[in-house]
Amino acid sequence: MSTIRATGPVREIRDRFGFWRRSYAMMAKEFIQLRRDRVSFAMIVAIPVMQLLLFGYAINTTPHHLPSAVLLQEESDLARSVLKALENTAYFRFVYEVHDVDDFDNLLKSGKVLFGVEIPRGFERAVRRGDKPALLVAADATDPVAASSALGSLGMIMQTALQHDLYIGDAPALPFEIRAHARYNPAAESRLNIVPGLVGTILTMTMLIFTALSVTREIERGTMESLLSMPIKPVEVMIGKIVPYILVGFIQAFLIVNIGVFLFGVPVLGNLLLLAALSTLFIAANLAIGYTFSTIAQNQLQAIQMSFMFFLPSILLSGFMFPFAGMPAWAQYVGECLPLTHYLRIVRAIMLKGATMPNLRFDTLALAALMLIAMTIAVTRFRRTLD
Amino acid sequence: MNGGNGIAIDVKGLTKSFGGREVVHDLSMQVKRGSIYGFLGPNGSGKTTTIRILCGLLTPDSGEGTCLGYDIRRDAEKIKRQVGYMTQRFSLYQDLSVRENLEFVARLYGLADARGAARDMIKRLGLSGREEQLAGELSGGWKQRLALGACTLPNPQLLLLDEPTAGVDPKARRDFWNEIHALAADGLTVLVSTHYMDEAERCHEIAYIAYGHLLAHGTVEEVIAKSALTTYTVTGELNGLAAELAGKPGVDMVAPFGTSLHVSGRDVAALEASIAPWREKSGLHWQKSAPSLEDVFIELMGRSRDNFQ
Repeated sequence: MSTIRATGPVREIRDRFGFWRRSYAMMAKEFIQLRRDRVSFAMIVAIPVMQLLLFGYAINTTPHHLPSAVLLQEESDLARSVLKALENTAYFRFVYEVHDVDDFDNLLKSGKVLFGVEIPRGFERAVRRGDKPALLVAADATDPVAASSALGSLGMIMQTALQHDLYIGDAPALPFEIRAHARYNPAAESRLNIVPGLVGTILTMTMLIFTALSVTREIERGTMESLLSMPIKPVEVMIGKIVPYILVGFIQAFLIVNIGVFLFGVPVLGNLLLLAALSTLFIAANLAIGYTFSTIAQNQLQAIQMSFMFFLPSILLSGFMFPFAGMPAWAQYVGECLPLTHYLRIVRAIMLKGATMPNLRFDTLALAALMLIAMTIAVTRFRRTLD
Repeated sequence: MNGGNGIAIDVKGLTKSFGGREVVHDLSMQVKRGSIYGFLGPNGSGKTTTIRILCGLLTPDSGEGTCLGYDIRRDAEKIKRQVGYMTQRFSLYQDLSVRENLEFVARLYGLADARGAARDMIKRLGLSGREEQLAGELSGGWKQRLALGACTLPNPQLLLLDEPTAGVDPKARRDFWNEIHALAADGLTVLVSTHYMDEAERCHEIAYIAYGHLLAHGTVEEVIAKSALTTYTVTGELNGLAAELAGKPGVDMVAPFGTSLHVSGRDVAALEASIAPWREKSGLHWQKSAPSLEDVFIELMGRSRDNFQ
């Protein structure tokens, strides 16, 4: 049997570029491990595609053909034309026509319809007399998103439908405004708003999880002990673990944007290179935060839990779920500390408004700052010993 | 750089506690360069903790010393460059191939030609043709061999091996020890922890540690001589004899060895008085013999349990 004893040339040890050599060693190792881990590898492609299709198609916040009922208390031409006008908006689909108030209430209560329109007795006559009669539109507000866009467009619809007949005063259910961002989304299509947002949301989730596991995995597999006994510095470990996933994130962003453009018809009005550059910054920021969790967590489960604790406010307070300007001040302050908030502004601005770098300076700097803070914490938190 | 005195490890008064429990207590030891130093003791006795302190993975609560001439507290990074540490659990990357693992280590240590160094080591390990196999798929013996190869790759001056042969078959164990002796012959210092008595006897010097206390050290002969243990070996019809002898005054230890029984004690007079009634019994053959290393350790362990628990 051959022996391990060094019979070959004793190889010199180079100290120049040691930092880059060691970082590179770590990077190359991470790449190989990622390639071998088929499940993670599949996730890189499957997660963005799946989420995008689910959010894009299933979770459509501009609902159409909402089941509705009408409580018809008079048969008149005007009543018929109001109903017709409502149905033509494609928001409403009248599935029930009732003549009794109790039936009407039960339909709404049971959830069989989301909207009910009540045309009162003497409606047409009152309109013609200019009495501003009330047209009650009752909405099932348990799903406010579904209700609000339908209700929001109601006033306009009414006016268009009925203007040739007579002046109509305040329609009863008009405390709703047409949302401001419809300026860049004239058809009020939610996918135009959601798809760019999804780029950020999906990246946040996948990037966090990838690096959140990276250090704890080494600890749980027992490889950390020998890694620590070798001459590698915490910064080098971090660089080696983050860089491969920047590429992964980039692939994901590329996938999502392409699906958005080709499948959902979302435009990219701004500069693609700028989008790519700022997306890379955002990816790195999330990786750094995930890595920070990884240096704090005791095991992989904790790392996952921390990621979700971060992911949840990211979704809720970044302006992805709810309009940022509509949130209370404290929530806005929290939101400003989340990379997703800044990236959402960036990605929506570039894709939908054609924004350029000067418009995005603040959010870019914020992203860079958040990334550096996370990296600093990670490097100081990284345990050089097993104490 | 090497302290100039032919001593590789020189530590005094090492103490380390975890959560209020003292795992290593006032431990001092010296290891000569080029020697194989065996580290023995029961599970949880502090062997692994001591090894981790020596290679800078743990900082001692108190105590001081040098490893290869470097201060174990201040120069952990320098020590890491010169020390190959083989952990108790296989700690190479299971999802990396043999070659990739070796290249990774070579790069981390900054070897000039990482690929070439890995290739040479594969040849030396006898793993040619299997370099693309994943480390996790190797058998236990090959894993140990690969791990040893990985820690010798950067040409360290000191090897710290933590129970390297646990769970390895006898043939692989013997090959492994031949390697260690060859490495020591080249001038490497090897500190190896083990449970196996036959391995202890292959070390130049040994230390016995229990409950964090270093109880005995020196060459195998010295340790046996210092134990002042008298041992009688009994053969013949032993039915029930062990139970009858245990606990008699002067009988510190009764241990069966195959078809014989070892009866040992530190107080010769008391021991001989206690066994006298059985010495005349027909069917039993008594013989005074030198205690084996195992006798000494089992006795040390029994004694330390009384003292420290």
